[in-house]
Amino acid sequence: MSLPKTPSQTVGPYYAIGLCRRVENELVPLNDPAAIRVIGQLLDGEGRPIGDGMIEAWDAAGGRWGRSGTDADGRFSFVAAKPPALQGAAPRLDIYVFARGLLKHQLTRMYFPDEPEANASDPVLSSLPEADRAVLVAEQEDGAVRFDIRMQGERQTVFFAL
Amino acid sequence: MTSDESPIVLPDDPSFGDDVQVDYPGYRSTRLRAPKRPLVTLPEELHSVDGPVFGDETVSELDYDLTRQHDGEPLGERIVVAGRVLDDSGKPIRNALVEVWQANSAGRYKHQVDQHPAPLDPNFSGAGRCFTDDDGNYRFITLKPGAYPWGNHENAWRPAHIHFSVFGRAFAQRLVTQMYFPGDPLFRFDPIFNSVRDPKARALLVSEFDLATTQPEWALAFRWNIVLGHGGSGTTPLEEGHA
Repeated sequence: MSLPKTPSQTVGPYYAIGLCRRVENELVPLNDPAAIRVIGQLLDGEGRPIGDGMIEAWDAAGGRWGRSGTDADGRFSFVAAKPPALQGAAPRLDIYVFARGLLKHQLTRMYFPDEPEANASDPVLSSLPEADRAVLVAEQEDGAVRFDIRMQGERQTVFFAL
Repeated sequence: MTSDESPIVLPDDPSFGDDVQVDYPGYRSTRLRAPKRPLVTLPEELHSVDGPVFGDETVSELDYDLTRQHDGEPLGERIVVAGRVLDDSGKPIRNALVEVWQANSAGRYKHQVDQHPAPLDPNFSGAGRCFTDDDGNYRFITLKPGAYPWGNHENAWRPAHIHFSVFGRAFAQRLVTQMYFPGDPLFRFDPIFNSVRDPKARALLVSEFDLATTQPEWALAFRWNIVLGHGGSGTTPLEEGHA
């Protein structure tokens, strides 16, 4: 027996009243010695900020989760620690993107910029064309790690099937 | 018809199964936001990866009752919304975090962006949370939300709905969706509802009136079960077909 799944619908513009009632963007506490700031911008097909999006970040290896709404400039931020590398895979965060206008959340991954060797041998990252690999690796920026998410366009973020 | 060439509601297309058409043209905000490139299939088996587990402190005792979050009672038609969270084999998902948010009975959200000229209710915030019990049951007490206008096309109104967010066991079981009420006259005009192209799948978004759970002299009840995707290994052919 396989029941049909309940279909997805957009999170809509007012998700914050239900999903952002408390601060949940710290996967690890700020004072954790391993804490890294993860920042980024969510951008639409014309490069404009998406001010009513929501990002969820999941560190499956460390069992740590967080979410962040986007502000008027499309900016989101997390406090995270770099997950341990598992079974030959590079450390990463699994990222879900939600927004008004997005009828189903989209899955992507953020890899870390200071792991060139692990990234080069990661089975998923290394299976992608070079331009797509670059899109999934965050950049160092003023002591933080920056990961912009582009929904469309030449540098569209790579989204994965579930 | 909108000013561009897209009809607001496209004809049914059962080949979509339980999936939603993410670039549905009638919902105009999809135009610059739905990804244009095909999704990349992951070689590894994501469906077996566990999702986040939430501690008891995530939910307070009265979070399930949206009518008791303020000093006074909110205005509107009090209702019970209850159902089960299941996996696609019909097994209950226990301890699933279910979060809801909605407009008040006048069709207004307590959100700064919502400028619909309908009254806010000082006794209604419109948000709730609960965990499912051992049989996968969730239950909320709330008000029937009002329909409200939006700017998608001329004279556009959303059918009454409650937003749901659900975390299953597996990371891949994450679901955000909307629950509707039976017999809403706005269904056939709403592009978000109709972005689910298979009418059988669309019907899964509509709750049922439930006399058995209705509480005499107190509140009507609506029943709505939520089926999350596969939490074990492998994907269904339908998922692959729309990947």
